[in-house]
Amino acid sequence: MTLPKPDLRLERLLRDLAPQVLGAVVRRTRDFAACEDAVQEALIAAAAQWPRDGVPGNPRGWLIQVALRRMTDHVRSEIARRGREAVVAGETPAAVAPAFDGEPAIDPDDTLVLLFMCCHPALSPASAIALTLRAVGGLTTAEIAKAFLVPETTMAQRISRAKQSIKQSRVPFRLPDAGERASRLGSVLHVLYLVFSEGYTSSSGATLQRTDLANEAIRLTRAVHGLLPGDGEVAGLLALMLLTDARRAARTGPGGEIIPLDEQDRALWDAAAIAEGVALVSAALRQGAVGDYQLQAAIAAVHDEAPRAEDTDWPQILALYGVLKRMSDNPMVALNHAIAAAMVHGPAAGLELLAPLDADERLRGNHRLDAVRAHLLERAGDRAAAVSLYRAAAERTTSVPERNYLMMRAARLGEGP
Amino acid sequence: MKFMLMLNTERDGYTRYMSWPKEVLEANVAFMIAFNKQLSAAGELVSAEGLASPQQAKLVRAGRDGKPITDGVFPESKEFLAGYWIVDVDSAERAYELAAEASTAPGVGDAPLWVEVREIMSGRQDIK
Repeated sequence: MTLPKPDLRLERLLRDLAPQVLGAVVRRTRDFAACEDAVQEALIAAAAQWPRDGVPGNPRGWLIQVALRRMTDHVRSEIARRGREAVVAGETPAAVAPAFDGEPAIDPDDTLVLLFMCCHPALSPASAIALTLRAVGGLTTAEIAKAFLVPETTMAQRISRAKQSIKQSRVPFRLPDAGERASRLGSVLHVLYLVFSEGYTSSSGATLQRTDLANEAIRLTRAVHGLLPGDGEVAGLLALMLLTDARRAARTGPGGEIIPLDEQDRALWDAAAIAEGVALVSAALRQGAVGDYQLQAAIAAVHDEAPRAEDTDWPQILALYGVLKRMSDNPMVALNHAIAAAMVHGPAAGLELLAPLDADERLRGNHRLDAVRAHLLERAGDRAAAVSLYRAAAERTTSVPERNYLMMRAARLGEGP
Repeated sequence: MKFMLMLNTERDGYTRYMSWPKEVLEANVAFMIAFNKQLSAAGELVSAEGLASPQQAKLVRAGRDGKPITDGVFPESKEFLAGYWIVDVDSAERAYELAAEASTAPGVGDAPLWVEVREIMSGRQDIK
C-alpha cells in the first residue's frame, strides 16, 4: 500500500473525525438535523482553511468549536424568528441557546449511535445510505450526489427529508435497548453492505470518476468492527467486503466487461486483503453464532484461497451454501447452492435443484434463474437451450455489464465450433 | 432505481396543444411546474425535459463521405416523444405512482394521458 498524499491524508482525518464531532455536538444540543448541518459546514471550513493555515493542534476541538458556533448562530436566528412570531402571538420567547464552555467529552460509541440513527428502519434504503455517508462518512452532498448520479439538489432534499423522518420518529440519541439491538445492527450492516455493492459493481468504465463507495463502506465497517470486535456478523461483513474487493482489479476487462471468477487473472488479486479477510472470518467462525455474512465471507474465502479456478474446493462451498440455505429462505442462495451442487455432482444435479425455483414468486421476472439454468445447460452440453435462456436473461436484466456478458455468452455459444 | 416517464404525442399534438383555451393551458403549465417541484422536494428528480415540436425534428445519418444527411420528419411515425422525467425511486411501484400522477395533467381531449414507464439500465450487479 502506498501512503496517501497530504491532501488525501487531510481528507481522511476530517472524515474520521466527522462522526466524533457530530456525536459531541448532538450530545450537547440534541438537535440532530441542525447539528448535522453545522458539522458539515465546519468540515467544509476546515477543508478550505487547513491546507492554507496548517492543521490546528487539536483538530477535533477546532471542528467542535466551529460547529457549535454555527449552532449558536442557528439558535440565535431561530430565537429571533420565534421572537418575531411570539410578538405577533403575544408570547415571550424562551431562551434556548445552550452554553458552550470547554470541549465536550468524546464518547467512542457516538459513531455507533449515529449509525443506528442514520440506518433507522423508518428510512428507505436510499435515504439511509445518503444520510449515513454524510453524517458518519463525512462526505459532502455533492460527492454523494455524484456517486449516485443524481443532481446535488435532489440528494440534498433526500438527506433533509431523511433527517426530518428521524426527527418525527423521535429516536433518542443513545444506543438501542438490548432487545432491539440485534435487529437494528442488522439494518446498519445492510446499509453498509448496499454502499459496498453499489461502489464495487459500478466502479468501472464510464463511471470511473465516482467517489469510491466500496472503500468508504470498508472504512465504515472497519470502524464498526473496531467498536464491536466481538460481533461475528460485523467481522463477517468486513471480511466479505475485503475478500470481494480483493478481486476488483481482475473482475472487469479494459472495456468494463465482466470477467467471471473462473476466468480471472488471480495474480491481480490483492493478497493482503485476502489474508486479512480470511483471518477475520476464521476468527469469527471459531466464536460460534454463525450468521449470513460470515458464511458468505467463508464462501468468498474458499474462492480466494484457490490458486487456480480448478483448485476450488467446491465440496466445501456446497456445504457452506447448504448451511446458508437452511438458515435463510433466500432464493438467491438457492440459486448459488444449485451452482455449487453442479460443480460437485455434475450439471444434472444442479438443474434438479433449480426445478422447484420455477414456482418461487420472488424470482418471477428476475433474470438470474434463467442465467443460472443457461449456465448449467451449457455445461450439460445442451447448447440450443442454453443460448435461448442466456438471451432471455440478457433481455430481462437491468444491468448493462450483465446484459453484455449474457449476450456475448449466447453469441459465442451460438456460433461455437 | 431510475426510471424514465415518457409523455408521447401524436404528430399534430403540439399544434393542438397551442390552441388549447387559456385556462387549460395555464392549468397545464401550473401542474407541470408543481409536479417538478414536488419531485425535486421528494429527492426523486434526476431530470425533466420537454422536447421541441416534432415539426422541427430531423432524421439524420452519415452519407458516403461521413457528412450528415438530413431528412424530414419520420413519415411513418404516429407517436412522438414530447417530454420526459427521469426519477430515482425505491421501487417500480413508486415510479408507476408518479406516472399516474403525471397522467392527470390538465388538458383537452383524452385524459388521463398514457405515460410510458421504462427502467433505466444501471452498471450495478449482484455480488452475493
